[in-house]
Amino acid sequence: MDNSSILVVENLKKYYYGGGIGKNRVAVKAVDDVSFSIERGTTMGLVGESGCGKTTVGRTILRLHDVTGGKVSFKGRDLAKLSKRELRRMRPQLQMIFQDPYSSLSPRMPVGEIIGEAVREHNIVPADQYRQHIMKVMRSCGLQPQYFSRYPHEFSGGQRQRICIARAVALNPDFIICDEPVSALDVSIQAQILNLMQDLQDEFGYTYMFISHDLSVVEHISDTIAVMYLGSIVEIGDKESVFDKPSHPYTKALLSAVPVADPDYRMNRIVLAGDIPSPANPPSGCKFRTRCPYAMERCAKEVPVLANIDDGHEVACHLFDDEVAAYNAKVKGDISA
Amino acid sequence: MALKLKKNKKQIKGVDDQTYLTLKEERAISKANMRVMKEFERKKRRENVDPSEYLTKMRDPNNVVEFDNLHTFFFTDVGTTRAVNGVSFDVPTGKTVGIVGESGCGKSVTSLSLMQLVQAPQGQIVEGSIRYKATDGKVYDIPKVPMNEMLHIRGKEISMIFQEPMTSLNPVFRIGRQLDEVVMLHVPDSTADSARKRSIEMLKTVGIADGERVYESYPHELSGGMRQRVMIAMALICDPRLIIADEPTTALDVTIQAQILELLRNIKDKINGSIMLITHDLGVIAEMADQVVVMYAGRIIEEGTVREIFHSPKHPYTVGLMLSKPRVDQGVDRLYSIPGQVPNPINMPDHCYFYNRCERAMPVCLGPYPDLIPFSDTHRAACLLYDEAAMARQAELDREATVEDVSAASERGEVE
Ligand SMILES: Nc1ncnc2c1ncn2[C@@H]1O[C@H](COP(=O)(O)OP(=O)(O)OP(=O)(O)O)[C@@H](O)[C@H]1O
Ligand code: SF4
Ligand SMILES: [Mg+2]
Repeated sequence: MDNSSILVVENLKKYYYGGGIGKNRVAVKAVDDVSFSIERGTTMGLVGESGCGKTTVGRTILRLHDVTGGKVSFKGRDLAKLSKRELRRMRPQLQMIFQDPYSSLSPRMPVGEIIGEAVREHNIVPADQYRQHIMKVMRSCGLQPQYFSRYPHEFSGGQRQRICIARAVALNPDFIICDEPVSALDVSIQAQILNLMQDLQDEFGYTYMFISHDLSVVEHISDTIAVMYLGSIVEIGDKESVFDKPSHPYTKALLSAVPVADPDYRMNRIVLAGDIPSPANPPSGCKFRTRCPYAMERCAKEVPVLANIDDGHEVACHLFDDEVAAYNAKVKGDISA
Repeated sequence: MALKLKKNKKQIKGVDDQTYLTLKEERAISKANMRVMKEFERKKRRENVDPSEYLTKMRDPNNVVEFDNLHTFFFTDVGTTRAVNGVSFDVPTGKTVGIVGESGCGKSVTSLSLMQLVQAPQGQIVEGSIRYKATDGKVYDIPKVPMNEMLHIRGKEISMIFQEPMTSLNPVFRIGRQLDEVVMLHVPDSTADSARKRSIEMLKTVGIADGERVYESYPHELSGGMRQRVMIAMALICDPRLIIADEPTTALDVTIQAQILELLRNIKDKINGSIMLITHDLGVIAEMADQVVVMYAGRIIEEGTVREIFHSPKHPYTVGLMLSKPRVDQGVDRLYSIPGQVPNPINMPDHCYFYNRCERAMPVCLGPYPDLIPFSDTHRAACLLYDEAAMARQAELDREATVEDVSAASERGEVE
């Protein structure tokens, strides 16, 4: 893929094995053949409902889980092929921020130490510049430097999330996975944190993968968007394509389900019937077919693959065969012309 | 020694805005609290209270509930939390009233007060009334109703749906048994058979097609959306007049949320009842509510019809709230964000609680707490920007300030 991609994920798979032995072992396909790439300095939003595998994608990229299959390349290097030492050196460049700012901070460590612990461990800055570095990071994350020696319990949810962000920022990372970073926060605090994340990106050129179930937040912060359903990406593209021309029936339903803060706004809501199937026993063919208003016979038999319907816009759905063919013909024509 | 402690305390105070208490102070508070709480509890537990003590009249017969100057406090060891601090609003029959506000602003405590379910003994209604009009036409002043009488009102006429259905369903009993229990409790002369019939009927009403199977299931065998449906079925068993839904869809995915909101809407029409809908999601409010109450730090800072609140919000907090929510139907490069955070509920200032975060704050805002100013019969907001007297005082202050500036400047010889 092109050189501007900082992260390339190819056919990533992560299965969890449940009960049973041998052939009868049940595999939960938490991530099933996921591919995407993220360009340097941009934000990719990963949306989908609970249990669809968003967090697992993030954690397998960081190798917090082993992968079942597939390849993750960061800055052109296959992470699986790195030695332990190389991986350790690479670690600070890939960071993660979690949803719950309460449980992800050690209650017995003062704020300065929380932010600085890994900085010392990885020798990010020379020892004599350590304190200065931490103070600078705290300031850029909107934390007053005098909080340095205070403890997390003295802080509100929003401030704790700032501490978590500062902890990641202090390592001078290139790529940050943000897993529902604002879901536990109030609207007014949410806006503060989202703005902070944008400011940091402008200043330091970070690349984000932003995981969330909140479509309005994802739409606000992302450049590209991937929509997941039961372990697979069903639609991916730049923000404008996905939000202005949502194509997969699931994306359409998801978008139409978001309540809009305007009493006069009437959207043609597509209310999906039924619940999300269990990932341990997903439907055959297209996994969405049990809730899809357009499901055809073919959908039960063939797994639809992700294919371009336009430049920078891919959909995995049998309804789009014509569009895919037209796009392919166009591309072919362009090449031969 | 005591002196040293005191000094220490002061020093800490200088560094941060939080108040620290000495052990001694804490004990004194706790002792005083015990006395207060005991007195409240004694009143609640009285028996054979004459109904005239708690029966009253509605101000407006079209309402089903009227909150009137409600104060609900928590007497904790570190001080008194004024969780609900003078709240008044009506719930009209057949309407949905939405209550919005940030975490901890008192939304849940307001609704729990109506059910007399505030965590006792530390949580107590200390002042005000909540008038509730029952099906038989009697009007109860809830804070005065003794406990044994309250049992008849709670669950029978007012039902509650919570955010996390798992906490209100017992994990060790089958759904059927839990529903039947409610039927037996509230429907007179029910038998095991009739209870079962009613339970399954209710499961069907809330859109569960295979009611018989769910009836036989345990809560953990159901999905989150299913459990929330079961909770709603349970809430409907006794034909309530009023449903209190406290963040009913917050734990659910958006596609499931859409199903549940539609269900709630249909049900409200079917029973011709009212809904008090508590949520922090402005989108849900816009979609569901007829009237909106915006709370901040235990008080109502603005209320109005859903259109008034969303199309012409008045209070700087409401305006900020609207601007800080990203919307899928319109993009902005940068979100507006309200700076700072909610003041500590134990040490509330005497002036407008929003002062420390307000972009439009003026010196007069440090005066007494603002009254609710009416904009229409339905729309009111508590902000001095709309208070003519206060604005006149502010203009006066501004004039004085310029005069002072000028005279100071002339003293320095800068003006002839
Ligand atoms: N059992 C309790 N003991 C002491 N304080 C309490 C208790 N319950 C609530 N409070 C306090 O009362 C205030 C209002 O709480 P409440 O639960 O009504 O907020 P809320 O608006 O429902 O918030 P959320 O959106 O988080 O549900 C808070 O300051 C809270 O800390
Ligand atoms: S009264 Fe003053 S401080 Fe309070 S909201 Fe209005 S302008 Fe802001
Ligand atoms: Mg609450």
